[in-house]
Amino acid sequence: MNATWSRFNITSVVLGFAFLYLPIVLLVIFSFNESKLVTVWGGFSTKWYVSLFQNQGLMDAAWVTIRVGLISATVATVLGTMAALTLTRYTRFRGRLLFSGMVFAPLVMPEVITGLSLLLLFVAVGLDRGFLTVTLAHITFTMCFVAVVVQSRLVSFDRSLEEAAMDLGAPPVKTFFQITLPVIMPAIVSGWMLAFTLSLDDLVIASFTSGPGATTLPMKIYSQVRLGVTPEINAACTILIAVVAIGVVIASIANKRREVQRLRDEQAAQRG
Amino acid sequence: MKSLGSIRRAFAPWNDPNAKPYIQFENVTKKFGDFTAVNNLSLTIFEREFFALLGASGCGKSTLLRMLAGFEEPTAGRIMLDGQDLRGIPPYRRPVNMMFQSYALFPHMSVEKNIAFGLKQEGMPSADIQKRVAEMLRLVKLEQFAKRKPHQLSGGQRQRVALARSVAKRPKVLLLDEPLGALDKKLREETQFELMDLQQELGLTFVVVTHDQEEAMTMADRIAIMDKGEVMQVATPAEIYEAPTSRFVAHFVGNVNMFEGKVADRTAGTARITGASGAQIVVDNGDAKPGSDIVFAIRPEKIKVSSKKPAEGVNALEGEVYDIAYLGDMTVYHVKLDDGQIVRASALNAARISEDPLTWNDRAWVSFRPDAGVVLTR
Ligand SMILES: Nc1ncnc2c1ncn2[C@@H]1O[C@H](COP(=O)(O)OP(=O)(O)O)[C@@H](O)[C@H]1O
Ligand SMILES: [Mg+2]
Repeated sequence: MNATWSRFNITSVVLGFAFLYLPIVLLVIFSFNESKLVTVWGGFSTKWYVSLFQNQGLMDAAWVTIRVGLISATVATVLGTMAALTLTRYTRFRGRLLFSGMVFAPLVMPEVITGLSLLLLFVAVGLDRGFLTVTLAHITFTMCFVAVVVQSRLVSFDRSLEEAAMDLGAPPVKTFFQITLPVIMPAIVSGWMLAFTLSLDDLVIASFTSGPGATTLPMKIYSQVRLGVTPEINAACTILIAVVAIGVVIASIANKRREVQRLRDEQAAQRG
Repeated sequence: MKSLGSIRRAFAPWNDPNAKPYIQFENVTKKFGDFTAVNNLSLTIFEREFFALLGASGCGKSTLLRMLAGFEEPTAGRIMLDGQDLRGIPPYRRPVNMMFQSYALFPHMSVEKNIAFGLKQEGMPSADIQKRVAEMLRLVKLEQFAKRKPHQLSGGQRQRVALARSVAKRPKVLLLDEPLGALDKKLREETQFELMDLQQELGLTFVVVTHDQEEAMTMADRIAIMDKGEVMQVATPAEIYEAPTSRFVAHFVGNVNMFEGKVADRTAGTARITGASGAQIVVDNGDAKPGSDIVFAIRPEKIKVSSKKPAEGVNALEGEVYDIAYLGDMTVYHVKLDDGQIVRASALNAARISEDPLTWNDRAWVSFRPDAGVVLTR
C-alpha cells in the first residue's frame, strides 16, 4: 500500500469535496450578504437573519413542520416498532410475506406515487386537506423506515433474555416493558430520529397532502424560491443545515463515547 | 455385582423403593414438525439430587430442560414435579429456575439488579431483596462487582452472576444448561467443585446438561446418557463406567475394548466365547445362551500387558506391541493381536522403572480376568 498522497489522490479528494460542499458553502456565505442581490457580495451582515425571524409566513411554516415532524415521528415509531415485532416474532402466520412486502414497499415507492395515492384516499374519504392529512401522510411513509431500523435490531436480539425474565417470574407483558423495550431502545430512538428528519425535509408528499394553513417549511421555501431566491431563504436554509449538523455531530460523539467506554470496561474486566 | 454406588456418598434414594420421585418424565415425546427431538422418554429424578444429562450435541438435552422450565410443551406424555402435573403451567409460574447456556444476563441492568429481578417479580419487600442480593453476591464472591453492568465483567464473573440470579429465588429445582461450557479448562474444573458445594449448601435439586463426560462424572449423583432423544442408561458415574448396559454407553464414556464372539459353552457362572478367529476367552456371565452372539466390553486399565505368558486362571491373548503412548502417570499400549484386533491397555506407572519393559514390535500377552469386563447384548 502506498501511504504517500499522490497528486491524483489529492486532486480527486478536493474535487469530490468541492462537488459536495461548494453549493452549501456558497449558500451559507450568501446568507450573510449585505446586498439584496443573491450573487453579488455586498459586505457582511446578519440582517437577513433578523428579517427571517420577523417573516411571519416562514416562522409559521417552521412551526407547522416541527409539529408535523414530532407527531408523525412518534406515531410512526410506535406503529413501525409494532410491525417490526410482528415480522420478527410471528414468523409463521399466513400472509407474512405479503405483509412484510407491503410494509417495506414504500421504501422504494416513488414519492410522487405515494403522495398522489394518499391524496386520492383523502379526497375519497372526504378528509379536508390540512395539518391532519399531512401528518397522516408522513406517518405512512416514515413508518416503514422505523420498521426497518427496529427489525434489524430485533433480528440479533437474544430471545433467551426474554425467556430468562419469564423464567424468573415476569409475565409476558412485564417482560416486554422491562427487558425487550429497554434493550432495543437505542434502535427505536434512531428510528424516531430518522422519521423526524424524513418528515422535516419532505417536499413532495407534503405538497400533495397538505392544504391551506398547513404549509410546511420546505413547501414555503420552494414556493418563495420560484419567485426568486432571497438572502432570507439562504438564512433559513443555513439554520436548517446548522440544526441537522449539530444533531449529527452530537449523535456521533455520543456513539463514539459509548464505544470508548465499552472498550475500557471490557479491558477493566479482563484485568480483574 | 457389588454396590458400586457406595463408592460415593451414602445418598442414594434411587435404590430405595419407598423414596418419592421428585421430577418425573412419563413417556415424554417432543416433535418439532416431523423431527423428533425427544422420543418417548421416561426419567425419575429425586429431591436434592445432582442429576446430569449427558449426550452428544443435538441429542435433545436442552429440549428436555426447556420442557421442564416451561418454554416447550411436550407433544405427548407428561412431566410431574413434586406430585404436580406441569402441563399448561407457564414458565413464570413454575417453581424452577434455569441458568442459560448464554447466561442471558440483562445487559441494561447492573449485577445486583440482575440478581434482584426474580425477587422483585414475586413481590418480596425491598429490604429482604437487598439482604438476599447481598447474600447471593457473597455466595458467588462478587461483592465488589454489584454495581457493574454485565459487559464490564469477565466470562467467569458473568457465569457467576447468572448462577446467583438463578438461585436467588430458591427454586425447588435449578436447571443448568451447559453451565461451564463457555469457561476455559482450568476455571471449569474449579467451578465444578463450587457448583457441587453450592448444591450441598442450598440443598437444591440440580439438573445439569453437559456434553463433557468428565464434568458429568465429577459433579453428578446420577447421569442419564442420551442419544437421539432417548435415554440409554441412568446410573451413578461408577456404574456408568464399570457396568454400561449397551455398546453405545460403553463407547460414549471412557475408552473400551470390545471382544465379539459366540458363546461356545458355559459352566457355573462363566461362559466361553469363541471369536471370529477362533481365539477363546472365558467371561463371567450367568445367562448367556450357548450359540448366541455377545460382546465382552473391558476397560483398558483392566487389561495387563506382559512379555511372558501369564499364569492360568485368566484370559491371555498373544500379539505384538503396536504403539506405546507414555503419558507420565500411566502408559497406554496398543497391542495388535494375532487375529488383527487392536487392544488398548493402560498401565499405571507406579514405579519409576518398569520391571517388564516393552517396546515397539515386541511379542506381548494381554491378559484379563473373566470378571474384569461386562457382557453386552445390545
Ligand atoms: N425450536 C426448535 N425447532 C426446531 N428444531 C429444534 C428446536 N429446538 C431444538 N430443535 C432440534 O432438536 C434437536 C435437539 O436439540 P437440543 O435439545 O438443543 O440438543 P442438545 O441440547 O442436546 O444439543 C436438534 O436437532 C435441534 O436442531
Ligand atoms: Mg444444548
